[in-house]
Amino acid sequence: MKKDQGVNVNKKKISDLFGKELKIANLGLESMAVSLETQDIQVQQIDWKPPRQVVPNLMYTDTDISIEDANQEAVNRIMGSKAVLVGMGIAKDVIPGMHDRMILHAGPPVEWERMCGPTRGAVMGALIYEGFTQDEKEAEKLAASGEFEFSPCHHHQTVGPMAGIVSPRMPVFIVENPVWNVRAYATLNEGLGKVLRYGGMGEEVYKRLSWMEEVLYPNLSNALEKIPGGIDLKNLIAQALHMGDECHNRNRAGTSLFMRSIAPSLIRVQKNPEDIAKIFEFINSNDHFFLNLSMPAGKAMLLPAEGVEGCTILTVMARNGTDFGIRIASMPDRWFTAPAGVVDGLYLPGFSEQDANPDIGDSTITETAGFGGFAMAAAPAITQFVGGSPSLAHDITLEMYEITQTEHKDFTIPSLGFRGTPLGIDVRRVMETGILPRINTGIAHRKPGIGMVGAGMLRAPKKCFVDAFNEFNKIYCSKKENE
Amino acid sequence: MEIRTRVIKGQYHDSVLLMLAAKEIKKVEGVVDAAVLMGTEANKALLKQAGLLTEEAQSASADDLVISVKKDKGVDAILSQIDDYLVNKSPTAAGSLKKELQSIRSAVRSDLKLNFAEISVAGAYAAREARDALANGLHVLLFSDNVSIEDEISLKKYAVSQGLLLMGPGAGTAIINGVGLGFANALPPGPVGIVSAAGTGLQEVSSILARFGVGISQAIGTGGRDLSMNVGGLMAIAGIKALIEDMNTKVIVLISKPADDEVKEKILDVLKTGKKECVICTLGAKFERPQDGNIHFTHTLEECAYKAAAIMGVDLPDFQLFIKNEIKKQQAQAQELRSKLGSGQKFIRGLYSGGTLCYEAQVIWKEMLKEPIFSNAPLDKKNYLKEKNSHQFHTALDLGEEEFTVGRPHPMIDNDLRARYISMAASDPTTAVVVMDVMIGYGAHPDPGLELGDAVKLAKKEADQHGRALLVIACVTGTMDDSQGLAETITKLEKAGVVVCETNAQSARLAGLVVTS
Repeated sequence: MKKDQGVNVNKKKISDLFGKELKIANLGLESMAVSLETQDIQVQQIDWKPPRQVVPNLMYTDTDISIEDANQEAVNRIMGSKAVLVGMGIAKDVIPGMHDRMILHAGPPVEWERMCGPTRGAVMGALIYEGFTQDEKEAEKLAASGEFEFSPCHHHQTVGPMAGIVSPRMPVFIVENPVWNVRAYATLNEGLGKVLRYGGMGEEVYKRLSWMEEVLYPNLSNALEKIPGGIDLKNLIAQALHMGDECHNRNRAGTSLFMRSIAPSLIRVQKNPEDIAKIFEFINSNDHFFLNLSMPAGKAMLLPAEGVEGCTILTVMARNGTDFGIRIASMPDRWFTAPAGVVDGLYLPGFSEQDANPDIGDSTITETAGFGGFAMAAAPAITQFVGGSPSLAHDITLEMYEITQTEHKDFTIPSLGFRGTPLGIDVRRVMETGILPRINTGIAHRKPGIGMVGAGMLRAPKKCFVDAFNEFNKIYCSKKENE
Repeated sequence: MEIRTRVIKGQYHDSVLLMLAAKEIKKVEGVVDAAVLMGTEANKALLKQAGLLTEEAQSASADDLVISVKKDKGVDAILSQIDDYLVNKSPTAAGSLKKELQSIRSAVRSDLKLNFAEISVAGAYAAREARDALANGLHVLLFSDNVSIEDEISLKKYAVSQGLLLMGPGAGTAIINGVGLGFANALPPGPVGIVSAAGTGLQEVSSILARFGVGISQAIGTGGRDLSMNVGGLMAIAGIKALIEDMNTKVIVLISKPADDEVKEKILDVLKTGKKECVICTLGAKFERPQDGNIHFTHTLEECAYKAAAIMGVDLPDFQLFIKNEIKKQQAQAQELRSKLGSGQKFIRGLYSGGTLCYEAQVIWKEMLKEPIFSNAPLDKKNYLKEKNSHQFHTALDLGEEEFTVGRPHPMIDNDLRARYISMAASDPTTAVVVMDVMIGYGAHPDPGLELGDAVKLAKKEADQHGRALLVIACVTGTMDDSQGLAETITKLEKAGVVVCETNAQSARLAGLVVTS
């Protein structure tokens, strides 16, 4: 068919409907659906609720950008992206803007005085690990001295779980999105228990970090160099979703898949069987090893959506244990924050809610990128970790479809008939439906140095979304009569 | 007597369920009045009117469920009862996440292959949902009222650009591919395609046609404002074009109240180029000639149906001749009915559930009666009825108008309101005759014949006690295939002493003859 035959060639007409079987969605009075059912007509009753509050119906910006189109563009960029583990490096050498006296942390910006216990502990631990001091008290003074610059990971294309502390010496994964030629970074996962990312301090923490730097890092790095094209993380995430992971709080399948991918190459580059065995034992003992790969993969795929004009899709959700912050694509440098919430969770023996720090970590990048808590239906076993029931996991995913722009074309959920995962949190839909994003997460002890005390679920705080929506409306839609 | 309120934070139920709950409470011995509603400002105003607005209710927000009960004593028990009732009835109250689809978007994304949406949510939210449906490629019947004209225009422009139907807002009736949407009747398939800006008008014309043995191809409702200057007949024209293209449509019928002149010209142009036979019913309009090429002009629903049937080959005499004979027959009947009335019984009390039927009756009375007919929906604004229960003149009430239906089901669904007005008419010594429509079919009350019949019996008894007779004339709009049954409904009404006519126009004429003879 020639293009110049005019636009009407394929145009839909009202009369096309005539003679076709009606398949009807009924929104509102159920009696109307009943009267259709008596005529043997297929009706789907929509379980509609009015918006929790009436918000302006934003359709176009003042410059006539269709917000719907802009949002579609953003999710197309995310879905069209790739995430490949291409190599490793030392933080201060590879992370943009990183320097010798900089410490990165999770979530939105926060000064030392407002940092929560686990973040403070992790900062102090990092200073000791870096060799600035041997002493915790001294480390605290040093941290408060202003000699060190604290900066959010997200300002450096980096993501960190829990406290998310990245110090100059730490080895990091380099994840590339070759479609858009952008990179994201993350440290290596230390495992559960007393670890730096939960604010853990002490000899065993530093010893582990040193082993990771001296043994784990060079071996993995060398092995990666021998894998042409790197390891396709997007592919691993897609597979893991079919194996019971949601790639935020369940990474058992993803970790196994990573071991399979790296093993032959690792054996080729390291001749000492004991080192290889130790590396495998370390990864094998830590079901969360893959989290520090799924997170930068999510970040690498979200980066291209930043800066899409007129877009209301989230590109960041992150917490620092004090504040919860979001950023949207059209205002990629603005944070909209609210106090971080308290996690409703299951606690390890000996701990309770009294011990819990508010929500913390950059790991919500996974939900933002269309997996993690949003893909809980793919991971019924997750509920053993974060509480709830498999049917709740299922319902959570279904609920998230209501606030997302699309369904991911590459990440699918077998139990939902291979439906795509909910992708692209739209601030407008959050405001209209009153449905806040669901998050599942680990819980850190509120005091530094203790570590993980449980895991659970919560929703993102409403205020971030209200503020982002109002600001978007003010900046982009102030002149338009959007209802 | 005490008024007590309970506010349940953040619990939403749709208004029909709440009204049903309120109805149940009112049945409880000793309850004077009760309201169960969401705490919106509009609803608070209703509570205030009803004298049920307590401080607690005033403090509720739009997300909160408010239960207010006026009762002798023991109110608290009632309040907990209503809670149980709602929990039992509504799965949303259970607090767990539901698996049902919560938006049109998700429904379209699911595996259902939807092509149509019926929307009846509150007007404030309706436009947004309709836009969502259109954007997802669905044809829409927008049942909701209270949608702004700006939204109507933008929705219709968008629908036309996408080749989709946007019927409404306020479209109560449509028949697409033989499926009755909203309030509609069980009709045979056939050659007549209808575009109507008037829901009950569509029902009346299609029901009369069915009785002539003539069926319907498609019937498209446009909503009452479509032919105004602002909307410009966007959906009427789109609908007519679709019917012109439709092989199964031989005759096109267009039903409306008087349209904007420019819009009318545009529509006539489209109809002329379409070449199909057309019958235009413009209620109450005067035409210079009855026919212009392929276009026939009529001014009542009855005449419109009659004309369309004649075009389809039903053997009928000329309409003017038919009317003459009809009136002759009715005159004798009217005299007999009149003889039962006292000399003070002078006025017609029209009590309609269908807006178009109320309008058609006024068109007929305007020609027959010397005195003006006052109405809440008058032909002429100067006859606007301010005082609903006047004893001074003829009245025609459209009980389906918003002023009567806020917080209450439509009189086509619920007969309580009409029963009350019948009783009021009976207690009025100046009432000569009550005239009403009885709608059956999809969406309508399951047995209006029984309930309205009972109301008439009661009212007649009441009039009798005052030494008067009460005349009630009605017509039943519907077909023998409607679940309520045409013949059964007529029988029930006749048993209650109602004089039942075949068409709405006929019942209006008979009433007119009664008060003029």
